Amino acid sequence: MQLALFLIFGGLAAAGAINLLLQRHPINSALSLVVVMMSLAVLYWSLGAEFLAASQVIVYSGAIMVFFVFVIMLLNAGEEERTHGSRAAYIVGFPGAAAIFCLLSFVFLSERHALGSSNIGGYLNHVTSNITEISSLLFTKLLLPFEVTSVLILVAILGAVVLARKEQ
Amino acid sequence: MNSLAAAQVPVAAYLILAAMLFSVGVAAFLIKRNLITIFMSIELMLNAVNLTFVAFAHMWHQVSGQIFVFFVMVVAAAEAAVGLAIIIAIFRTRQTLNVDQIDLMKS
Repeated sequence: MQLALFLIFGGLAAAGAINLLLQRHPINSALSLVVVMMSLAVLYWSLGAEFLAASQVIVYSGAIMVFFVFVIMLLNAGEEERTHGSRAAYIVGFPGAAAIFCLLSFVFLSERHALGSSNIGGYLNHVTSNITEISSLLFTKLLLPFEVTSVLILVAILGAVVLARKEQ
Repeated sequence: MNSLAAAQVPVAAYLILAAMLFSVGVAAFLIKRNLITIFMSIELMLNAVNLTFVAFAHMWHQVSGQIFVFFVMVVAAAEAAVGLAIIIAIFRTRQTLNVDQIDLMKS
């Protein structure tokens, strides 16, 4: 079950990410990013993080990506054109990203015995205790950081209003 | 069929998927010329790191990683609001989203 979920939705996430890279029009990139986020939500659920799976769908796919698509439509953004800068970025970008990927996967593969394997049984039996533990930790030990995030959101809203306001 | 249903996925597989998503995000950040697409690749990198956090939280049977993911989501939401407002402001003054034509800092 977990292997099938990982193969299907991990492959979907990887395909969506590569599609984001290859598409020229920003609206196509945004839609493939929605695919990536939805499949990551399924992977979170299969890893026993139900609360995060729900909030991934609501916050990322629901709020942030709608915001992105809205801005793309508002600015009427067209296809990006190739310039001199993009050719240099091609030369640097692909080998750099490939080097990061090779380095990280080498480390993970050489340490895979220490990392072990994920088991969907045994851990997901405590479905409620997972969410209960998150909320109790969030409302007791981490109450101050949790409250500070509300200030952060408020400041972000004020900043967005100030920046997007029309100059008089 | 039963063996497939009970098959376990190594945590390293999730981490390699996250590394792949992260490096695709880095490549898109470097290659893309559209401001909004560059911003979307930052979100992709944040998501890759979130997957790493959740995989490690699952591995150690701790919820600390999941709480970190929650805070990353909050910060990403705030960042998206401010960043898209900045993009709208830049588009108003310069009438373009191409990063090669937005070189205010270059003398």
